[in-house]
Amino acid sequence: MTPEEIIKPENLVYGRTKVLTDNIMHYCPGCSHGVIHKLIAEVIEEMGIQDTTVGVSPVGCSVFAYNYLDIDWQEAAHGRACAVATAIKRLNPETNVFTYQGDGDMAAIGTAETIHACNRGENIVIFFVNNAIYGMTGGQMAPTTLIGMKTVTCPYGRNTDLNGFPLVISDILAKLDGTCYVTRQSVHTNAATIKAKKAIRKAFENAQAKKGTSVVEFVSACNTGWKKTPIEANAWMEEHMFPKYPLGDIKDTVKGSQLSDEEKNAKY
Amino acid sequence: MAKIQGAVTVDTERCKGCELCVAACPSHVLGMSSKVNSKGYHYSEMVNAEACIGCASCGHVCPDACISVYKVKLQ
Repeated sequence: MTPEEIIKPENLVYGRTKVLTDNIMHYCPGCSHGVIHKLIAEVIEEMGIQDTTVGVSPVGCSVFAYNYLDIDWQEAAHGRACAVATAIKRLNPETNVFTYQGDGDMAAIGTAETIHACNRGENIVIFFVNNAIYGMTGGQMAPTTLIGMKTVTCPYGRNTDLNGFPLVISDILAKLDGTCYVTRQSVHTNAATIKAKKAIRKAFENAQAKKGTSVVEFVSACNTGWKKTPIEANAWMEEHMFPKYPLGDIKDTVKGSQLSDEEKNAKY
Repeated sequence: MAKIQGAVTVDTERCKGCELCVAACPSHVLGMSSKVNSKGYHYSEMVNAEACIGCASCGHVCPDACISVYKVKLQ
């Protein structure tokens, strides 16, 4: 059969989700943010929670996230997304609230808000995109920058005597009693995106079932900041980032799905 | 056993030419076009259409959600 015979609406197996808006994303070609936005949008569509979901967008590359997902959004001051999400969730308990933060927003200026929101066990979801660099401002050193990794502000590589050690914030959050689910995922391959999508769904289900705070970290590539092509950046990430930030569940207090099948059918 | 054939469409105006779909395709179906879109990016296209199995790997890794995947079972 020719492609023209195959390309018909009834044969569609994968397409663009309607939760994504028609705006073209401002991210660099090959940026992991696009994939993560898409996965969150797909989960929101599958769960049927588009009308009740509120996102809190951060400061950083993903500051314009509110342009790309067709849900309610609130822009937070730099680092304060978890505090804003706490307020939204407490005032509107029926909403599904998530924050979408980068490493500069969540692990540097917003560390206090993040840790205290997790310690209180707010029923929110935190999406944490860790690319080990400040992408928006031009590739400066972040708290999560690897030892020896070159950035604009540490051109000879991160030196632990001067700059300290990489902050593995998800491991810190996993130690807190308020978090119910802390996982580290990636989106560089087909298999990784499928796993990441399951993690996103589980995080939203945890929040709906009032189990506590769910944190989903995405180890992601910043090909522009790392001065690589998208494919080289993904290979570099596998080689260098994964040993320091290994993928997988760090904490999972509730195994399996939070809701029974009846509850799921009733809710979605 | 029924054979499966797939096909993909690329929203060429949305594509930024990152080539992640080309790397993700297990059947080496996709390649970069010599043409450019209105923003000057070389967009991806099917260069080996009959090898497509409709696995949607390209669609899953596409950061700009510009790939749609279609699949039919051949009798």
